[in-house]
Amino acid sequence: MTAIVIAKFITGYFVLQGALLSLVAAYGVVRLPDAYTRNHAASKSATLGVISILLGVFFYFWLIEGHMNARIILGIIFVFMTAPVAGHLIMRAAYNTKVPLWEKSVQDDLEADRKKEGVKG
Amino acid sequence: MAFQILLNFFVAFLWMFLKGQYAAQDFFNGYFFGLLMIFALRRFFARRFYLWNVGAVLKLIYIFNRELIMSNLAVLKVVLAPKINARPGIFKLETELKKDWEITILANLITLTPGTLVVEISEDNRFLYIHAMDLGDAEEARNDIKNTFEKAIQEVSR
Repeated sequence: MTAIVIAKFITGYFVLQGALLSLVAAYGVVRLPDAYTRNHAASKSATLGVISILLGVFFYFWLIEGHMNARIILGIIFVFMTAPVAGHLIMRAAYNTKVPLWEKSVQDDLEADRKKEGVKG
Repeated sequence: MAFQILLNFFVAFLWMFLKGQYAAQDFFNGYFFGLLMIFALRRFFARRFYLWNVGAVLKLIYIFNRELIMSNLAVLKVVLAPKINARPGIFKLETELKKDWEITILANLITLTPGTLVVEISEDNRFLYIHAMDLGDAEEARNDIKNTFEKAIQEVSR
């Protein structure tokens, strides 16, 4: 196998993995029962999916076209840093606007603590 | 830590000026000898030798990546299971971390842990409220967070 074939395999693997993970994330958003669990699927699988696709693109241009594109690496770092924060903020906004948890949820320590402190809203 | 790095840069520049040659190679030589000097004089600094902190940061990045992949596999399993029998819920976690940036990193790490997401951080920065996809594993997740992440973050800020 020549180097270019191996490079093509690496690129294809990353792009396919990213596409698959994004598909699973979309499927999870449709399928899961409440806003919170949907947010799990959206904020995790989508993150690694996007990162994988970007890595595939980076390897394609680096190994096959022969030029290193640092902007893609920056993109990966930015997605990696901001996606968890976005997930947390959506979660917090949902909780503070009293979006109900799924009825099969078993525990809610935050509600108990808020009642104890007498915080309204 | 920042002071030691700055000092190391200063020694590297001093090396370049002493030699009178200003290429990147001379800078790296000077940096290396500065590193040896700071290591030899490490007992005069208030904080520990800064390379250990650099190692701790690298370890933290490694943990970040590992957890990202593990959490994706966990979500994959839940989403593609034929019947959703997860038991989601919000549990509470006490943290020993004090500084704001430490808590931010901890929250980011928890978000990337398999099946957990931070909902709220209490006013006094002592408790994190975490939504877990499956509370059966919550105890395990809690121990994970306690033993791995908190330790790794404390190691960085030591």
